[in-house]
Amino acid sequence: MAVIRDVMPAFELFQPTSVEDAQAVLNRYGADAWVLAGGLDSLDWLKDRIKRPQAVVDLGAIAALKGIRPWQGGLEIGAMTTLTEVVRHPVVREEYSILLEAAEAAASPQIRNQGTIGGNVSQDTRCWYYRAGWPCYRAGGNICYADTPEAINREHAILGADRCVAVNPSDTAPALVALDAQMVIRAADGGERVVAAEDYFVGPDINITRMTILEPGDILTAIRLPRTWAGAQFYFEKIRDRQVWDFALVSVASAMVLNGSMIERIRLAVNGVAARPLRLRAVEALVAGRPRNEATAVVAANLAIEGAQPLRFNAYKVPLMRNLVKRAIRGVEAATWTS
Amino acid sequence: MSLSRRNFIKGVIAGGAVASSAAYLFRGAGSLLGQSSVERLLTLTVNGQTRRVDVLKQETLAMTLRYKLGLTGTKLGCDRAECGACTVLIDEVPHYSCSVLTHMVRGRRIVTIEGLEGPGGVLHPVQRGVVDEQGFQCAFCLPGFVMAAVGFLKTNPTPTREELAHGISGNLCRCQDYDKILTALMRGAEYMRRS
Repeated sequence: MAVIRDVMPAFELFQPTSVEDAQAVLNRYGADAWVLAGGLDSLDWLKDRIKRPQAVVDLGAIAALKGIRPWQGGLEIGAMTTLTEVVRHPVVREEYSILLEAAEAAASPQIRNQGTIGGNVSQDTRCWYYRAGWPCYRAGGNICYADTPEAINREHAILGADRCVAVNPSDTAPALVALDAQMVIRAADGGERVVAAEDYFVGPDINITRMTILEPGDILTAIRLPRTWAGAQFYFEKIRDRQVWDFALVSVASAMVLNGSMIERIRLAVNGVAARPLRLRAVEALVAGRPRNEATAVVAANLAIEGAQPLRFNAYKVPLMRNLVKRAIRGVEAATWTS
Repeated sequence: MSLSRRNFIKGVIAGGAVASSAAYLFRGAGSLLGQSSVERLLTLTVNGQTRRVDVLKQETLAMTLRYKLGLTGTKLGCDRAECGACTVLIDEVPHYSCSVLTHMVRGRRIVTIEGLEGPGGVLHPVQRGVVDEQGFQCAFCLPGFVMAAVGFLKTNPTPTREELAHGISGNLCRCQDYDKILTALMRGAEYMRRS
């Protein structure tokens, strides 16, 4: 339970109007700098005194990072575009409605009015041990407090855990993985690189202290949606305790192109089960070329949960993920497993 | 003039702001933007008025409104973007003022619950709806709900009850008085369409 204290500890605040100026400040302060997008994840860390940066760089005044533009038949969404703007965009609505559904499922109306898509994909995990400032692996220590016999780990990982059992909280992340989105990153040295959404997120096996491949000084500038999956058959579902504010317990996103009743090609991602949104490549390979029916959905769902290792309180996520994958292929009419 | 506790406290706060901004004037002027840190003295547009105010870099808009500008109609519930009591309009869009740095809203139009009334203290239609339907119990959450509803009604002036419920879903009522709140805000929406 958060405690209200009067004002956050002091920091220097920078409001550059260009990415170059922002990076000059980030390079000057190094590890003591903090990048601020919408501020909703950031201010929690600062108010709780868990993170104490010397300098905060607010990206809100950089016009180049805002707005949605056509890009090679698809769309380029500036990283500082709010979730509400994404939800209201006509082309997102017509061609990439899975992103609309995912963005609209995030948090609350006021948060969507302020929270950015760049911040949504780059936000930190919600593991309460980590966020309360416990010196865990993710915080640079050598223990995971969520993976002890006494730990409360109802919302933690069932797949891909490696020392840390935290999960990725982003709602838009699985939709972007399903759409094969491209993340445009401006590196600290000024160079630009573009990585697939799938590779933007990292698990503890790659870097236990970060959720994304962003290094200090890097800035995510835009997210590109290629034509590849525009207008495909989409499925998105987010399961959570409350219908507002709450992060996903498990979410699923799929983009599918059908040829008659056959699944010609599909991309499928789940979130809330691992430290990064998981693209289910084996499932995609299995169902491509098969009819879209109950039998295909059943084998796909069973394959999806192969290797799941629940903790003490999160075994419910296994049947939940199994059902969601099944629905992502079959639709809501799919029969449901109860355990 | 009687000296109420509230006015006395407001006076002390305003005096402090003047003293600290006077100290500011003797510092060298720097660039507001670019690669140097922001200056503390800034100009805000609140409820149609231009207000000069000395703001800490780490200060949230809710703190500035309540404790620098005396606009205590904006409530602080959780201070974590989890309750909605601090909702204000920024450029007509509802935001949690507890989770916005005041420096982020320089040059933007801020409206708080105090800014809703018309000339001569005439209540805003949504406020009249609340009065007529007696929509709240303790009403601590009222300013946040009303601001969220006013912002939502700008985008959808003719909502169904379900749409309005979705529109104000970013606000919590500790009294669990949601049904009456919705009735009152639906009445407010009706008054807005008539006015």
